[in-house]
Amino acid sequence: MKNWLILVAGTAVLALLPLSGDNYLLRLATIAAMYVVLAQSWNFIGGLAGYPSFATAGFFGLGAYTSAILMSMGVPLLISWAAAGLSAVLLSAFIGGAILHLRGHYFAIASLVTVEVLREVVNTTPDLTGGGMGLNLPIMRMSVAEHAMFFYYSMLALACACMACAIVVHKSKLGFGLRCIQQNEDAANILGINTYFYKTAGFAFSAVFAGIAGAIYASWVHYIEPPDVFDILLSVKPLVMVLLGGLGTIFGPVIGAFMLLALEEVVWRNFLTLHAAALGVVIVALVLFMPNGLLSVTREKFGFRAKKGSPEVKP
Amino acid sequence: MSALLSIDNVTRAFGGLRAVDGASFDVAPGEVLGLIGPNGAGKTTLINVITGVHPATSGKVVFDGRDITRMKSHQIAKMGLSRTFQIVQPFPKMTVLENVAAGALFGGQAANIADASAAAMEQLRFTGLAQVAHNPALSLTLAQRKRLEFAKGLAMKPRILMLDEVNAGLNSTEVEEALTMIRKVAESGVSIILIEHLLKVVLSVSNRIVVLHHGKLIAEGAPQAVLRDPAVVEAYLGAKYAARYGGVA
Amino acid sequence: MIYFQVLANGLILGGLYACVAVGFSLVWGVLNVINILHGTFVVLGAYIAYFGYVHLGIHPFLSIFIAGGLLYGIGYVIQAGLVNRVVAAPVLITLTLTFGLDLILNNSMIVAFSADYRQVNLANPLPALMLGPVFLPGDRVAAMILAFLLTALLWRVLRDSRIGRAIVAVRMDREAASLMGVDVGRINAVTFGIGALMAGAAGALLSIIYPISPITAPIYLGKAFIVCVIGGLGSVPGAMIGGLALGIVESFGAYWFGPEHALTLSFLLLLVLLFVRPGGILGKKGYE
Repeated sequence: MKNWLILVAGTAVLALLPLSGDNYLLRLATIAAMYVVLAQSWNFIGGLAGYPSFATAGFFGLGAYTSAILMSMGVPLLISWAAAGLSAVLLSAFIGGAILHLRGHYFAIASLVTVEVLREVVNTTPDLTGGGMGLNLPIMRMSVAEHAMFFYYSMLALACACMACAIVVHKSKLGFGLRCIQQNEDAANILGINTYFYKTAGFAFSAVFAGIAGAIYASWVHYIEPPDVFDILLSVKPLVMVLLGGLGTIFGPVIGAFMLLALEEVVWRNFLTLHAAALGVVIVALVLFMPNGLLSVTREKFGFRAKKGSPEVKP
Repeated sequence: MSALLSIDNVTRAFGGLRAVDGASFDVAPGEVLGLIGPNGAGKTTLINVITGVHPATSGKVVFDGRDITRMKSHQIAKMGLSRTFQIVQPFPKMTVLENVAAGALFGGQAANIADASAAAMEQLRFTGLAQVAHNPALSLTLAQRKRLEFAKGLAMKPRILMLDEVNAGLNSTEVEEALTMIRKVAESGVSIILIEHLLKVVLSVSNRIVVLHHGKLIAEGAPQAVLRDPAVVEAYLGAKYAARYGGVA
Repeated sequence: MIYFQVLANGLILGGLYACVAVGFSLVWGVLNVINILHGTFVVLGAYIAYFGYVHLGIHPFLSIFIAGGLLYGIGYVIQAGLVNRVVAAPVLITLTLTFGLDLILNNSMIVAFSADYRQVNLANPLPALMLGPVFLPGDRVAAMILAFLLTALLWRVLRDSRIGRAIVAVRMDREAASLMGVDVGRINAVTFGIGALMAGAAGALLSIIYPISPITAPIYLGKAFIVCVIGGLGSVPGAMIGGLALGIVESFGAYWFGPEHALTLSFLLLLVLLFVRPGGILGKKGYE
């Protein structure tokens, strides 16, 4: 199908990037892949289910710390990364139980506060996490070029897995159910959708890839500290990316991720001290003028509609 | 014949106000039960209690031998109770077909989305909406939206379908069409609880009628008999009218 | 005995928290907008008081009016110009918009004033009082009293003035108020302005207690959240009770677990409250 072709082709092209020999480009591309993961993750709960979660930074940070702590105890890399994903899922189940029955503003705040609490917990348990002094990760014995390639491919593989998951979910019963919940949760309940279960699943999907991304990030940069990985911007930027690209679509998060990264690069070069303000301007402009994102604007303009006569349910 | 649905002394109180007060009645398989009463009598609240939207303050609801009083809405839906809403609530960003397919998939136990879509098309043909299947749900007229609700409810393959004011706002031709569909559904063995204002409609299609007034059940029985019951007349038209004219002709 | 001191500290702080939060609560209740800018407004008020004192010798208590006035204007313009466009939009949109605006304002303040902490050191501080075993720093008590008076004044305005009644009407039912002839757009702007005013005034008062820097903005915002969840939305008495409750919880929490945990404890309290009673102890249930 169209989506799978795009994913495979895109990944194949991107996999050739290291041949360019440009380490800076590779670094940018690694961040791009990470942004895709975070944006697509948020899309499961925020775009599909319509629950505006600000917990992404919490999953990312928890994954980073879980992996870092495990690795400092000698656990092999890949297992640590996998455990990071698992810890994020467990957190989502735990927090989800408490906050997924809240709607609108209260859910948003509760998810945001979760990040704050996590950060403070890490700050105040220095024996385990290094607290405010941060945590060092074991250095990997590789050349600079190998290092860049290894982490690029790791992040790319994660992004690919996340996208594949998104394609499957969006077309599945789960995706359909989440969309129903987003459009009318009361009607969804009456129809037979176990909304609590579906929302929890969506929340878990939003956690697992973000958690692993945190773990890969930690290994990549070798040093993490609480304000770095529990940064609220890590919750807001994925949201903005999805808004940019198109809420609830499959490739919207990808487009949005690339667009925001491009904007950030431009801003960083030109407005270093004011780059947060510049990001703010982007966000304000986006919300006021293009709240449905780029993909829906193009859909309206070019009229993508379901073909008449086909009994298929289109996402 | 044992009842399919049994409402047993159900009360639903909001603070001091008893919206439903000790209501008890049964619904048999395949029957059409009219649920009538003046505005504010508690009809929709009763449906909300049955379908788990509001918990009952006291009393029991038994469906097919199982106590569903404390069950969640989605579980009740899967067991075979479906309902329509008085103010129609489609999924706004989906097409007509997708709306009905949702009913088939989640309530009607369709195996997958493709099967659900096929089942949905059947219901759309039955309710005369097949030609607008791919239109956005929001583009329908009121009469069409009522039929969409109906089709959705049917797609859930219910054993009892509760229709809440499904005829409100329709002209007489549209009402006739709706009644024909309701009769056909009842003939296929599905029980129907019909909440209605229009007495003519209720008379023409119900096997039995129950009357609610201030949350209490004040009459139950065959349609003509119930409508002549002085208590019923008084509830609708006031004590003076009932005293002067006796029952409805 | 020490508990009295802890309690007194809590009440003093609580009174200030109520003033910080009441504007935020009003905006949330009336416009259904969570104003992420609120914390930054507080800090801006504190800077106005600081610069007023350091450069012009104006006592921070007098700066309440200056900060309040300036921030009212800023708030009104921001709402009328930008926020009003999305007032009816879902949470995602309004929250993101105020977040973006906050990024702009906060970052600009860091560039303009630097992130270094400033402190207002009063040349002539009020003498401390001793109430039995309890030590009450004069200026802090004065600040708390002023905060309380300001909040009470807001309550009077909401109850007795025409514009106040209109604001309450919009909070209860926007459509009905509009049908009654209330200019909802203007009320939105006025309410937002009042929210900013209260934040600025609170900031001016807080300038004599806490160090000032744009990076402390999220802390004030967080406290405002908690007060709202405890006390309910759009209610001045609720904000007062919520503020006092938070002040007391923080004070005792700091005493028992150490001040570095006070923030975490407050947030945990918030999560517990959201789980148990999202509408606040005084407010409606689970209001979106």
